[in-house]
Amino acid sequence: MKYLTEYRDANLVHEYVTRIHRLVTHPWSIMEICGGQTHGLVKNGILEMLPPQVTMVHGPGCPVCVTPLHLIDDAIDLAYRPEVIMTSFGDMMRVPGSRESLLEAKANGANIQMVYSPLDAVRLAQRHPDRQIVFFAVGFETTAPANALSVIQARAMGLSNYSILTSHVLVPPAMEAILSDPESRVDGFLAAGHVCTIMGLEEYYPIAEKYRVPIVVTGFEPVDLLQGIYETLKQLEEGTYRVENQYARVVQDQGNPNAIKVIHQVFTTSNRIWRGIGEIPSSGYEVDVEYGDFDARRKFNLGDREVPEHPDCIAGEILKGLRKPYHCSQFGKGCTPEHPLGAPMVSSEGACAAYYHFAQMKNEMVHGG
Amino acid sequence: MCLAIPGKITSITEHLEGTFRTGKVSFGGIVRETNLSMVPDANVDDFVLVHVGVAISVIDEEEAQKTFDLLKEMGELEDLGPEPKLEGS
Ligand code: SF4
Repeated sequence: MKYLTEYRDANLVHEYVTRIHRLVTHPWSIMEICGGQTHGLVKNGILEMLPPQVTMVHGPGCPVCVTPLHLIDDAIDLAYRPEVIMTSFGDMMRVPGSRESLLEAKANGANIQMVYSPLDAVRLAQRHPDRQIVFFAVGFETTAPANALSVIQARAMGLSNYSILTSHVLVPPAMEAILSDPESRVDGFLAAGHVCTIMGLEEYYPIAEKYRVPIVVTGFEPVDLLQGIYETLKQLEEGTYRVENQYARVVQDQGNPNAIKVIHQVFTTSNRIWRGIGEIPSSGYEVDVEYGDFDARRKFNLGDREVPEHPDCIAGEILKGLRKPYHCSQFGKGCTPEHPLGAPMVSSEGACAAYYHFAQMKNEMVHGG
Repeated sequence: MCLAIPGKITSITEHLEGTFRTGKVSFGGIVRETNLSMVPDANVDDFVLVHVGVAISVIDEEEAQKTFDLLKEMGELEDLGPEPKLEGS
């Protein structure tokens, strides 16, 4: 916990921890949606500061983690076509498909380039009129405007050699899926700050109302997280279920209307398969028919296929809050960040990876490493 | 990958009817071309939250500094990297 003692708000952290301990009289489970928050909770030792009655359930994590195996295989297959240059965010490169990752495919001769922004991929398309540039458009709502903009730009520039392979997932439908699962044990939510920067709070009101759960939009700093947890617990103890915005200094209630407009211009809502969870209705974006020429699925006639997950992986139960990563027989043995078997071990923001990473760090501290 | 990074607009280089509003944004010294069309009211010297090359909101300076420090601590700024050198270009 070296980081915390050095952190300038250590006093505030302490104050919130004390307040939380005073407040809690019942066992409660709170899910944080965003992998960045999971990372923050584990890394800063916040989980250990909470009273034993409070269980943090680690949510779907990050779009990289929930991108289904078969889509990674699709991206790799495209990358091996001679006319294609596949482009992707760095995070996606190491994620293994059923045979290999994009990075391994690149080493084996597939044409893959890492880009920082989909707009860089559009520029690449402009420079290579003889090649088909495909961007692997992975993301939550936060990334959707950028991916949509790339399509709008490509059309405005008259490019016919740019398309995107979408793996877009949406947070509110996933929350509903988790809440309506009879096994799930989530009493309240920390909603993801940056997703709400785009979409605002509107989608959360009906969920809070229907499932009687408090939802608190929360930031990423230790104090943010503790404040979000405190506000959620306060509502739970009082028996209220409102949507609150802990992160108001960044998130406006209405989100960013310009960004929402661009999203709706290019995308339509569709069912999506979430790795580790399964299919969730209306939980993702596809390219609208209006922009069909920019949809890699249509352009390259990609069919549907299913690739089974590793049989020992208990990712689904972890996401529902029924078990923790260390309950998995493969955790840290057959499954490590270098060789992930399932979604939550894939990126540093996944729950299994966060536990793995910080368990190691702690070990080193204890054993003088 | 969902985290957005705060930076300061140093110049607005293009302004073609809003859609292609772009500018240069400095992230603690690393300057990147950034799409500004989602923040039509942002001006030079304003702080914006940038995600994968697109500014998604305007924020105040203090918040920008706090977030930037935190991301540095988390090692999240590596994503920014150097200006991309696209192979074969
Ligand atoms: S440790 Fe690996 S195999 Fe086990 S639940 Fe996590 S991702 Fe799945």
